[in-house]
Amino acid sequence: MEHIRTTKVEHVKLLDRFSTSNKSLTGTLYLTATHLLFIDSLQKETWILHHHIAAVEKLALTTSGCPLVIQCKNFRIVHFIVPRERDCHDIYNSLLQLSRQAKHEDLYAFSYNPKQNESEREQGWQCINLADEYRRMGVLNSKWHLFDANRNYQICETYPIDLYVPESVNTATVVGSSKFRSKGRFPVLSYYHQDKEAAICRCSQPLSGFSARCLEDENMLEAISKTNPRNRYMYVMDTRPKLNAMANRAAGKGYENKDNYSNIRFQFVGIENIHVMRSSLQKLLEVNGTKGLSVNDFFSGLESSGWLRHIKAVLDAAIFLAKAIVVESASVLVHCSDGWDRTSQVCSLGALLLDSYYRTIKGFMVLIEKDWISFGHKFSDRCGHLDGDPKEVSPVFTQFLECVWHLTEQFPQAFEYNEAFLLQIHEHVHSCQFGNFLGNCQKEREGLKLKEKTYSLWPFLLDDQEKYLNPFYNPTSQKFAVLEPNTVPFNFKFWRNMYHQFDRTMHPRQSIFKLIMNMNDQNKQLEKEIKELEYKIKHQKNRQTDTVLNKESLLSIHPDSPALKPSLCFKKEQTLLPVNDAVRTIEGSNTADNRYSEYTEEFSKTEPAVVSLEYGVARMTC
Amino acid sequence: MEFSELIRTGRAEALLLPGPGQPPVRGTLCITSHHLLLSDGHGSPSDLWLLLRNVDAVEKRVAGNSGTITLKCKDLNILQLEIEGLEETLDIACSIEALSSLESVTTSYPFFYRPQGLRLGDSEYLHPPDDFYQQVALKTNAWRLSTVNRDFYVCASYPPALVVPCAIGDEALARSAHFRQGGRFPVLCYYHSINGTVMLRSSQPLQGANRRRCAEDELLLLEVLALGGGQGLVVDTRSAQAVKQARLTGGGTEAKAAYPGWKRLHRPLERGRPLQDSFVRLVEACTDPSLSMDRWLSRLDGCRWLTHVKEALTTASLVAQGMDREGICILVHGTEGTDATLLVTSLAQLILDPKCRTMRGFQSLLEREWIQAGHPFQQRCAHSAYTQGRPKNEAPVFLLFLDCVWQLSRQFPLSLEFGEGMLLALFDHAYASPFGTFLCNSEKERYLCEVKTKTHSLWSSLNQSKERKRLCNPIYSPNPLALWPSVEPQSLQLWAGKTSLRFHLPSLNPGSSPWLRSLTGFFHIPNSRSFLTLDSTT
Repeated sequence: MEHIRTTKVEHVKLLDRFSTSNKSLTGTLYLTATHLLFIDSLQKETWILHHHIAAVEKLALTTSGCPLVIQCKNFRIVHFIVPRERDCHDIYNSLLQLSRQAKHEDLYAFSYNPKQNESEREQGWQCINLADEYRRMGVLNSKWHLFDANRNYQICETYPIDLYVPESVNTATVVGSSKFRSKGRFPVLSYYHQDKEAAICRCSQPLSGFSARCLEDENMLEAISKTNPRNRYMYVMDTRPKLNAMANRAAGKGYENKDNYSNIRFQFVGIENIHVMRSSLQKLLEVNGTKGLSVNDFFSGLESSGWLRHIKAVLDAAIFLAKAIVVESASVLVHCSDGWDRTSQVCSLGALLLDSYYRTIKGFMVLIEKDWISFGHKFSDRCGHLDGDPKEVSPVFTQFLECVWHLTEQFPQAFEYNEAFLLQIHEHVHSCQFGNFLGNCQKEREGLKLKEKTYSLWPFLLDDQEKYLNPFYNPTSQKFAVLEPNTVPFNFKFWRNMYHQFDRTMHPRQSIFKLIMNMNDQNKQLEKEIKELEYKIKHQKNRQTDTVLNKESLLSIHPDSPALKPSLCFKKEQTLLPVNDAVRTIEGSNTADNRYSEYTEEFSKTEPAVVSLEYGVARMTC
Repeated sequence: MEFSELIRTGRAEALLLPGPGQPPVRGTLCITSHHLLLSDGHGSPSDLWLLLRNVDAVEKRVAGNSGTITLKCKDLNILQLEIEGLEETLDIACSIEALSSLESVTTSYPFFYRPQGLRLGDSEYLHPPDDFYQQVALKTNAWRLSTVNRDFYVCASYPPALVVPCAIGDEALARSAHFRQGGRFPVLCYYHSINGTVMLRSSQPLQGANRRRCAEDELLLLEVLALGGGQGLVVDTRSAQAVKQARLTGGGTEAKAAYPGWKRLHRPLERGRPLQDSFVRLVEACTDPSLSMDRWLSRLDGCRWLTHVKEALTTASLVAQGMDREGICILVHGTEGTDATLLVTSLAQLILDPKCRTMRGFQSLLEREWIQAGHPFQQRCAHSAYTQGRPKNEAPVFLLFLDCVWQLSRQFPLSLEFGEGMLLALFDHAYASPFGTFLCNSEKERYLCEVKTKTHSLWSSLNQSKERKRLCNPIYSPNPLALWPSVEPQSLQLWAGKTSLRFHLPSLNPGSSPWLRSLTGFFHIPNSRSFLTLDSTT
């Protein structure tokens, strides 16, 4: 690769991010076409995908070398010290180039080869089928139908081909409505609630300005509200703050005038725009990246970043939507400005609250595929896959995942998947290793021929399902049919496992989760053994009956003869023991691992008055 | 009984308004000497049995011919009662106020409570100082059990038996006691058998402005170093500034010149009024569901409770680290040595000693390091967070300790034998209990009131197999290692189960970790826990 000038640098130091005493690991840094790799003296490997790099920074030269700080999109921050400035400069330049590709074709997904053949790849892409999903919702009834005039993306470029609109609406109405909506994103079905016969629809803001009207658009909304026999009123949720929506009117955009539409109830929900969200996350990361952070600074930083306030706003909007459907059986139309950020958040979270299917592993994939990928959330722009406008980057999808995480915390039994699943999806949204999240809309994806040239993430996650299962999942409980989360502020917490995913020392040192998973594995193993034994016994008996006389064969009629029970129990105890031992090993609790040891050096020095203890502890004077 | 004078109206028709996670009850309300009962007359499980001692504040409101009484409990629950009759409302409120604030120990409920299945005097079988001494004696013969305080003459707040170096005679101990505030001379509180280092605690030396010294006290600490490895560290739980201040009023700290081998470390920990204020403000923030996100975070920040948790855990970790990794002996003290000192010494033991993390071991740690060590429970826990009166000696030091233990249990969920239920039970019993365990301020007072022979021990009750099962951690797996907690702010959590949040979040399964509960099917029902049954006394 032309960007790589140095492939290997030795004696590089990796600093501990939160250490107050410049503790470090020494090792070798390798630069490959796709990854940056650091192998320390203990042979521990740290892999960093180039696409994950959000920023590289070269700090001022120090006596020990040239510091290089790399911030990743998965919130990993590494701090290297390269002994020679020239090497540092080379790596810095290479990383700058490698982490900012200009063309989609240069992304990892186009060279990633997981050793699958062509038919496996194709099958992988077919693993999620949205037509099936709409069928599952029960959409193909007399009221909704598949609208096929967007075959060549001629009505709306950023929508998928398959769209569902009310049966009573004709193409002319759709075209008229699309002309009255920002980016042509006319109202279409996102979710259909079969029991309540109510629909979640989505669109972009109307081009209403101060007074413009559009008859087709009004008819469109009328038609949507008529598909619902239970409630003639339909909610129109504008997910923006009112002020923003009003400001848009000056630009010829804006929001629905209630007087022009029959039977709508209009509601603002006040989620801030992508720029506010971007800077909020930026502030959050600044706060939690501080060394020796005090509790007060942490909370006041958390407050001033506004991050949790935004998360709450998104979740509140989704709850409003779910309530409209469950309590009032009303259909809801959701939009923001362009209808691909806040609208995707609110529609998908609303559906997640309403439908337990989306709380399964497969269902969650379907939900992301439907409300995010197909409806044109601009993943490439928002995640900064390519070197582009930094103002387009925003953690909209990350917020969605965080909202889901908050729900899993409140309803630990309602989700088939666990936190690791959410983190893994977050990882790959930014990794550009799979084709799913490349591009900004379906049209662009078709142009890139992603299905022919890249692999889909979903089959890989499904193959690894075991890792992502929530052991507490209770799919049968009626309690979790519709989730009604409580959004009082004290229910919102900082998501440590996301934003400090790679700062191992901050996490609990023992995991209940791992314990349960181990126990499950063990149970499976035991069950397998029981089956084998049963099989053997049967086999044995069959042999016996073959050789011995009729008299004996009577015994084999009773497979549960008391004689074999004790032997089973015995076996059970034997296999249980070693696993128990495995569970007992505690991460981070052995001498080498925890950072208290620095205290020794400090203490053994006779006079200096400062004792510094690691792990976020302040400095103490002797 | 003299209580009858305080009960103006013993009976009224009332309605208990439904609270979070609690059904409404309509029926007859009765005030007895120690309880408030509300029953619908059918003996249904939702009947209210409230120990009056649990009432922290009473608010009354009257309108027309009925009134509402709001009872704010020490366990942070809030109950609202609608009572028929104006007179009755006022009388009942008045009676509750009077009965809940009785100061006399010997007429308190534990002296009347006679539960089935327990024997009086059961607490006698717990002999922490002896047991503890036996453990130490098994490993070294350098320490002895001194009975210099057998009649509480040397130190009023110490128990009769104390562990001290063999080489120091009782005479010298008495002199050292004279040099320490309240007579609390340095005593052994933990022996780290891995490397033979020791942890001691005491109160401040009475150094005064003219820097007085005490030869016996110096000798005692010198002897400790001789036994424990040569290096020592005095962890003073006050700032250097506060020590200077204390010196003006006769207190002080160990001068470096007088105690060779001992270094000094100041780790200021909050106590007294500021700690109580912090608790009150935390509870205020938690009981206000109308707060916006920003407001909530700034109130949480402003109350500084988690800062105190962090400081306490940090200091304890530091002490533990010094002993385990550096091989140095530790002496912990602040001013009186009955609050922050005990917080640090008990937490450090929990970090280091796997035995303290068992159900039995934790109980004996509490008995040894809190109850017998003279934490003034009666003063500190006289009122909880709702009281309107000016706090005198109240401070939630013990609660802070429980919170720190809870933080440990979150970071090492398999390593403690007891679960969150145990910590919540201890919190409730420390403030209002039918058992005598947390009564009085010291062993001396308990001896004078005959607490041990006339009341039941909480431990006997907790160790009954049914209770024990409820309070145990189902996934406990003994862990022989030290538990080094992370004290980064990102690693600390607000203990919703402790704050009144546990009564406000029915949908959230207040109390313990939802994960754990799904695991065991153990559902924590807050209301049934705080109302104690009367059994034989009724």
